[in-house]
Amino acid sequence: MTTAPAPKLPASLAANPKLSSWVRFTDEDHVAISPGKVEIGQGIVTALAQIAADELDVEIGRIEMIRASTATSPNEGVTSGSLSVQQSGRALRHVCAEVRQLFLAAASERLGVDASQLDVGDGTISGPGNVRTSYWELIGEVSLDHDATAGATAKIAARRAIAGHSVQRIDIPDKVFARPRFIHDRTLPDLLHGRVLRPDVSGARLIALNEAAARAVPGLVAIVRDGGFGGVVADSEAAAEAALKALRKGAAWSGGEPLPNEDDLAGFLKSQLVETTIINTRTAPQTHGHAQTLRRQYTRPYIAHASIAPSCAMAQWDDDRVHVWTHSQGVYLLRADLAIVLKLPAESIIVEHMEGAGCYGHNAADDVALDAVLLAKAATGRPVRVQWSRHDEMSHAPFGAAMAIEIEADLDADNEIVGWRHAIWSNGHAARPGRAAQPALLAATEMANRYPRMISSNPPAANGGGGDRNSVPLYDFLAWTITSHRLLTMPVRTSALRTLGAQGNVFAIESLLDEIAALRGEDPIEFRLRHLHDDRAKDVIRAAARRAQWKPQKRSGIGHGVGFARYKNTGAYCAAIAEVEGADDIRVKRLTLAVDVGEAINPDGVVNQIEGGAIQATSWVLKERVRFDRARITSTSWTDYPILTFSDVPAVDVEIIQRPEIEPVGAGEAAHGPVTAAIANAVFDCLGVRVRDLPITRDKIIAAMELAS
Amino acid sequence: MPTIQFQLNGAAAAVDADPDQMLLEVLRGRLGVTSPHFGCGAGECGACYVMVGDRVVASCDMPMWSVAGKDIVTVEGLGTAEQPHALQRAFISEQAMQCGYCVSGILISAAALLKRNPSPTEAEVRAALDRNLCRCGSHNRMVRAVLRAASEMVAP
Ligand code: FES
Ligand code: FES
Repeated sequence: MTTAPAPKLPASLAANPKLSSWVRFTDEDHVAISPGKVEIGQGIVTALAQIAADELDVEIGRIEMIRASTATSPNEGVTSGSLSVQQSGRALRHVCAEVRQLFLAAASERLGVDASQLDVGDGTISGPGNVRTSYWELIGEVSLDHDATAGATAKIAARRAIAGHSVQRIDIPDKVFARPRFIHDRTLPDLLHGRVLRPDVSGARLIALNEAAARAVPGLVAIVRDGGFGGVVADSEAAAEAALKALRKGAAWSGGEPLPNEDDLAGFLKSQLVETTIINTRTAPQTHGHAQTLRRQYTRPYIAHASIAPSCAMAQWDDDRVHVWTHSQGVYLLRADLAIVLKLPAESIIVEHMEGAGCYGHNAADDVALDAVLLAKAATGRPVRVQWSRHDEMSHAPFGAAMAIEIEADLDADNEIVGWRHAIWSNGHAARPGRAAQPALLAATEMANRYPRMISSNPPAANGGGGDRNSVPLYDFLAWTITSHRLLTMPVRTSALRTLGAQGNVFAIESLLDEIAALRGEDPIEFRLRHLHDDRAKDVIRAAARRAQWKPQKRSGIGHGVGFARYKNTGAYCAAIAEVEGADDIRVKRLTLAVDVGEAINPDGVVNQIEGGAIQATSWVLKERVRFDRARITSTSWTDYPILTFSDVPAVDVEIIQRPEIEPVGAGEAAHGPVTAAIANAVFDCLGVRVRDLPITRDKIIAAMELAS
Repeated sequence: MPTIQFQLNGAAAAVDADPDQMLLEVLRGRLGVTSPHFGCGAGECGACYVMVGDRVVASCDMPMWSVAGKDIVTVEGLGTAEQPHALQRAFISEQAMQCGYCVSGILISAAALLKRNPSPTEAEVRAALDRNLCRCGSHNRMVRAVLRAASEMVAP
């Protein structure tokens, strides 16, 4: 029995302790780094390469980042929640520090010099008297095939030369020089092409096919049917498309699940069967004078991931083993679901990652992988590539959940907040694969041996929650009750979209705060600062205010607003100030943000993600809303689901507060909530009306004006 | 199937293709030219843009019969790592993307703009890229990259 608590390994490393699963020195004087996290356009592979290069003391050009695969990579779950630097980065930092130590020990033995006298420069280990060797010369003497120990110490922040400095992303040259990097651009020998038949009417089931016309299409290899799952395999994409078109003509469907009224989302959400959870309460030590209660309702619509690339996958069977190429965010999780559907041991399935376009959460990447696996069964050992259409992606992939949020704020005679009740009605925000006894994949609900559609749930509060994410105020209100009502019905399929519930909750909280500050005649920034005790929170708000020269002179037709949040209440701090212009049509002219992610490994990469998040959030706020009638999703093209374009995009100015000594957290989701709220508050400043239903369109503004007059 | 001839990135090309088949499918599926990306197949996103002569066209919406005898340029023909186009250099310098899937179409729109207007204003760059969608929100970096490339190209 040990008495002292053993030092702890980072969680990702404890789960995958073998050093060689993370790091290998290769013959060509390179270092292969193998994380379990995947690139989704956020620059993670570069940030991880920086960390590894720094700890090992090699040039970043020597680092070769290995794509995640269930055949070789550590299992790090899913790449989501802005956790990759936190999880993978910490693990790699630890692993590389230990590996460096092991090699120094071996070098010390070989060179006869004490390890403390040795230095590493770009992989060359040298010491007094000009003795030298290198990692690669010592490969034979150091085995990495054992578990990490908790003993290694990484460099202190001041000694890091690469992490903490802006470097160019390692994936970008391929992308500007058209070197195939996306799964969409890769090919395999003897590749065939597949397409899947999906219903127009939501939830309808395929009951009959007339195959004759499809059979006549030249190049057709197979028509696949498994219960309500139907598709084609052909020798070219054109032939697959033609066969699918022919198949669609002769398809008969039954049933369907009615969709809610898109114009009364709150009414729908509040009338469903729910599971109610008290998320958090705070009780005031004594009762305070309560003069009035403000009661406000906020809504946000269903939002599409709307990747610029519709999802794609490839699969190839070899007897009863299958190899899958996917842009899924979690190769092991996808494998777990495939194993359930295929009734195969997980070891019979290899799931290998290839980059896709930015996905912003759980889109159709996993669904299309099962499609490819099922179609490839009919391809007698040849690989099959399945490419979803834009229409498929916009109608069958999961959406970010719609939300209705009601806040009641009790105010005293001075309009200070003495009580706060925040209630959320929403579907769950996560139905990712690999987490339940039932699969989350679309085709699994269609096959003969089918599973029910998985109703989305919410991650536990310890993981940041789901619909309730960011619903607990960071402000020092005296008392509060936060309640989450998760729907037990799910007519519109939902799963994880960037920030989960945080965008909606921050919008609601920060809008109401703004309203109360205005009621008090107090500056909204002063009001926030007065209610915050966390210096990092106050610092980002002050930095954004300084940068935006808060508060600019009031000019007619222009408005300014502020929003703040700490993502998940444990992640990145972000404050945003929006400048908007307009009358009944709003244009966001400028966004000024300040962000604190602790140690920013690649500061320019952090700025890039914050800019991107801010612009995407602006698009959500001004334009986006999944459209449907009572039977089908209707926003299935870019015309029906418009997003912000180059001429609508605001100027975005970002300041990073660098804190090298504080553990890094992700930046990808920090901006959405604050930007949403800042725009809504700026609209009020500009027009004098509060729009509480997103998106803030011309119609909503006119409706709010009518209500106000 | 008739043989359709055209110039592709400066070299003569010929394919036997259905005249109604779209250029995007032929480039990607038959000629292994993967920079034009499939995004919507409906002329609405710009991911598949190529230059035909001096014009930017959606190759997903461009039947083969209409490109016979034409001069087609894709990102493969703009430059290489050894001899990059000023735009390719600038997109690297400005780190002008997140996922980068939209980038080839944007490089094409920008290259066509710089051909007809070597010193565009920021507003002209935005207008020229307005039919290209980017879901990651990398717009402002891309605009800066195009302006940087323009200034490098006119500098003596
Ligand atoms: S794929 Fe051609 S414009 Fe979208
Ligand atoms: S960089 Fe991802 S869509 Fe433009």
